[in-house]
Amino acid sequence: MKNFISKLNKYKYPYLFIAPAIILLFMFSIIPIFVSVGISFTDMNIKGLANFNNIDFIGLENYIELLKDADFHQAIRNTIFYVVIGVPFVVFLSLTSALLINYGTEKIFSFFRVVYYAPAVTNIVAVAVVWGFLYNTNYGLLNNILNGLGLEGLRWLQDPILAKISLIILAVWKAIGINMLIFLAALKGIPKSYYEAAKIDGAKKFQTLRYITLPQLRFSTFFVTITTLIGWIQFFEEPMVMTSGGPLGQTNSMALFIYQNGFKQSQFGYAAAGSFVLFVIIIIVTLIQFRMNKQDAWE
Amino acid sequence: MKKDKMKIDKIIVIILLTIGGILMLTPFIWMIFSSFKHANEAMLVPPTLFPKVPTLENYIKLFEELNFLVYLKNTLIVVAIFFIGLLFNAMAGYAFGKFKFPGKKFLFYMVLATMMIPSQVTMIPVYLILNKMGLINTMLGIVLPGLVGAFNIFLFKQFMGGVPNELMEAARIDGAGEYYIFFKLIIPISKPILAVQGILTFIAGWNNFLWPLIIANDEKFYTLSVGLSLLKGQNVTNFALQMAGASIMVVPIMIIFCIFQKHIMEGFVTSGIK
Repeated sequence: MKNFISKLNKYKYPYLFIAPAIILLFMFSIIPIFVSVGISFTDMNIKGLANFNNIDFIGLENYIELLKDADFHQAIRNTIFYVVIGVPFVVFLSLTSALLINYGTEKIFSFFRVVYYAPAVTNIVAVAVVWGFLYNTNYGLLNNILNGLGLEGLRWLQDPILAKISLIILAVWKAIGINMLIFLAALKGIPKSYYEAAKIDGAKKFQTLRYITLPQLRFSTFFVTITTLIGWIQFFEEPMVMTSGGPLGQTNSMALFIYQNGFKQSQFGYAAAGSFVLFVIIIIVTLIQFRMNKQDAWE
Repeated sequence: MKKDKMKIDKIIVIILLTIGGILMLTPFIWMIFSSFKHANEAMLVPPTLFPKVPTLENYIKLFEELNFLVYLKNTLIVVAIFFIGLLFNAMAGYAFGKFKFPGKKFLFYMVLATMMIPSQVTMIPVYLILNKMGLINTMLGIVLPGLVGAFNIFLFKQFMGGVPNELMEAARIDGAGEYYIFFKLIIPISKPILAVQGILTFIAGWNNFLWPLIIANDEKFYTLSVGLSLLKGQNVTNFALQMAGASIMVVPIMIIFCIFQKHIMEGFVTSGIK
């Protein structure tokens, strides 16, 4: 015991320094996972919130219910749609803009860096308000431009498929900036000597890109892909503030499904089960990604 | 000949960037111009880009009739408290970067692991925990869950781990206490990383939306983003007013971002995300 106390005293300062952060992370990240798993086996709802005696253990019932829930199936299908279309666009467009912005050193290029990053710092609600107006069928800018070109206006947020694409467009617009910055940082880190050597060997612009730049960007491409992928599996704020999942659940995502069941209908147990399914999917996808990247590196 | 070709390349790149840039900026330009229109001008078909008779009525309405001043105050309080969180992150990063202690590795991996947890998983339990603590509908409940972040701790650790040990040793020999060393030695040295994290913290606090929405039931605790979503729901057809509300959220952050954007870029490069 005495030994323990003297040891604690010896390491007093590092423990004091990490204490606030660790305590907060424990309370709001680590413990909640276990709580979440726990309540996913119960029928907890608004009554259970008022009095814990109203909570019953129901085993796997929530999970079985989820398997049968058509709304949940639709949310999964929509999420797959978002991921399959959204992720490649984000990676491709942020890489392309980083390469273009890295092309020159003049002031105008750093100006473009600011412009492309600007959407990333904006608030999602403000973005939803502005894009909601842009997408408006009657008064929106987009349809008026289409009309000006002699084309028919589109029902941006009402048509089932188009509504999903409209949400993807604005999410991509918002996501380019941060990922572009990651690529730019990586581009700045490539040794200049590589390019000089290539130049001496008479390499063409395209060859330099293919054999030097892209391979050197391998890690950041991996990083961007995986964070984007995880982000899009949790696609949430855009459908929430733009369409609330409508029309008829056509833009609903898994994360939004969880939020609505949890906080709109107060079905905490059911929502927790849904969130755990989402968590497992994310872990599986992440592991597959890491596995693939490893193989890639072994080649 | 070669020089001419170089120039053409560059011109094509600039043209491509300009097209992309216009696409990136159009929503903002549309927002700002629309916010100065009268309510019915915003509904004109075909729409005008510049307001015909510019007006400040939308902004005046937001602050005089709607509660935007209260929301703004709350948002600034959230930002201020988030800066305390920034200090906690810096302290943790310093300890992880510069001290040896039992359990360090385990605790650090645990911190990193929290980055992988989707917010939807913790959302409900955190709500329940805050409910048990009686913090629903309080300012503290709004800010506590987002106060510290694994990624920030990681960045601080990376940076502070690079500070030479001799510096702290010398101070200790001179009789300086650990708090003195942290606040008077480490913090001033860490200015570059503090600048990046400070601006990112400001943006995060300012834009914070989901927790205030979930936790605040009382309008006196609403932040700007919650107030704006309320405005969107209640004034569905008054686009000019909505655009003014959006401008209040977006323009300040843009100005701050433009001033500090160089630091963000440098921070990304030095923190070694490549």
